[in-house]
Amino acid sequence: MWAGRVAKPSAAWLARIKVALFLACLLPTVLLALGVYQDRLGPNPIEVVTRGTGEWTLRLLLITLTVTPLCRSSGWKWLMRMRRMLGLFAFYYALLHLGSYLWLDQFFDWGAIGRDILKRPFITVGVAAFMLLVPLAATSNQAMVRRLGGRRWLRLHRSVYLIAILAVTHFWWLVKRDITEPVVYASILAVLLGMRLPLHRWGQARTQAAAKGRARVTGPAWPRNP
Amino acid sequence: MLIRKPADIPPSEITPRSTYVERRRFLGKLASVGGVGGVSGMSGMSGVGALAMAAMSWRPGDAVAEVGAGSLGALVKSAHSTNETPNSLHDISHYNNFYEFGVDKAAPAAQAHTLVTRPWTVRVEGLVKKPRQIAIEDILKLAPLEERIYRLRCVEGWSMVIPWVGFPLERLIRWAEPLSDAKFVEFVSLHDPKQMPGQLFPVLRWPYVEGLRLDEAMHPLALLAVGLYGDILPKQNGAPLRIVVPWKYGFKSGKSIVALRFVAQQPVTSWMRAAPSEYGFYSNVNPDVDHPRWSQARERRIGEFGKRKTLPFNGYGEQVAGLYAGMDLRKQF
Repeated sequence: MWAGRVAKPSAAWLARIKVALFLACLLPTVLLALGVYQDRLGPNPIEVVTRGTGEWTLRLLLITLTVTPLCRSSGWKWLMRMRRMLGLFAFYYALLHLGSYLWLDQFFDWGAIGRDILKRPFITVGVAAFMLLVPLAATSNQAMVRRLGGRRWLRLHRSVYLIAILAVTHFWWLVKRDITEPVVYASILAVLLGMRLPLHRWGQARTQAAAKGRARVTGPAWPRNP
Repeated sequence: MLIRKPADIPPSEITPRSTYVERRRFLGKLASVGGVGGVSGMSGMSGVGALAMAAMSWRPGDAVAEVGAGSLGALVKSAHSTNETPNSLHDISHYNNFYEFGVDKAAPAAQAHTLVTRPWTVRVEGLVKKPRQIAIEDILKLAPLEERIYRLRCVEGWSMVIPWVGFPLERLIRWAEPLSDAKFVEFVSLHDPKQMPGQLFPVLRWPYVEGLRLDEAMHPLALLAVGLYGDILPKQNGAPLRIVVPWKYGFKSGKSIVALRFVAQQPVTSWMRAAPSEYGFYSNVNPDVDHPRWSQARERRIGEFGKRKTLPFNGYGEQVAGLYAGMDLRKQF
């Protein structure tokens, strides 16, 4: 059945989905590069690049945070195997975004950058969000999960909630007047974080029950949440 | 009043418009293609290949067609013009902050066609000898039209060089005959959500209101603009007439003006009302007074890769600094 295949794709299909997702995540980069090359980004292309990479960081962070609840509600466990790639792409766009600020906005004037970070709250939270993303990207591979141990890895990676809040705040604080877009991102994030509250309580109850020996934990092998 | 001329070269030495616009577009293409390898980090094209591509995609007819026929006829060249290279008409008319047509900078060019600019009248009201109105046709007869090439600095940190067509705002104010107790003048923009769909959203309080102290408005650099590049103003640039105050941030220059209101007290402008801590009444371009959320020390000239230092009063300090003698411009920002 088709439905069965979607719920549990074969290894070959899983590989195809991964490649497709990889290309899809790369598409914004390709479109931006093509836009610059063809002079299609309007009179201020640098602004479009800076803003575009920032927006894709935010979108990919939110998409990454959608994986766990989506997996739980649909029962498609293979979705979990896409989560790392999505998270790493969020980091990749954050890197491009920070790079465009350091280079195209400040031209590596470290004094001015330092003052900016200290003086401008929206830059402060943006840089903080990036700094917090670095250890997550660095510990994203399987070897690091094993080295840290599931529980410690999980605790570390829960900082993605804070990162997403900082990222939305960064956007909110920089817009001049019309806050429609930041409000949309903030609302989506609020829903995604809200969905985790009952899940978390449910998880705790199970853990406590398991500790008392009245139930067995039969959760998935990969670290749950984020 | 002592009127000093800017230390620029005379307008007669300026390269003809069609030549520099074409040259600039070509150079712009080269620059954007040359920069792509760095920006995207994934262009495999060699420098020579990029140059060849730019040369192939450049069409000599581009610039001539977009500059237009110059329907406003013969213009007086102004000694107040800068000798800097103006931005292209395309850049000037496709990168606009005109919230009446949407907050996106591309929105005004796409939306402003709904604006009806004829018939158009301007009311003069408040502290004037006699409140009355004047049609755009009669405004155009108040003074000979000049070409004034001015720098424009946006509060957001970008700038352009724009060849306006107009005449000193002072001429319309003299026609209005303000009373002696009029100390400020408010510029009221059109309020009609049918013509200006952006006004359906309360981003700012409509109508858009700006204002100047009367001596600022009477300064010879303050311009009443009706055209751009020798042609009538594109709708997205504030047709049929707008204010241009080149030493202040762009938002001080109200667009699509329907009324001049003379008052005794300092008016509250739309941006002051929206965010009083961020936008002051004076809003003179000042690299030493940051916007609370970003620096004003530098600016990106549209079309340039790097950033340049922002000049006090946008480089018009020699002419206008005297207006603010004895004022603390950090407090009265």
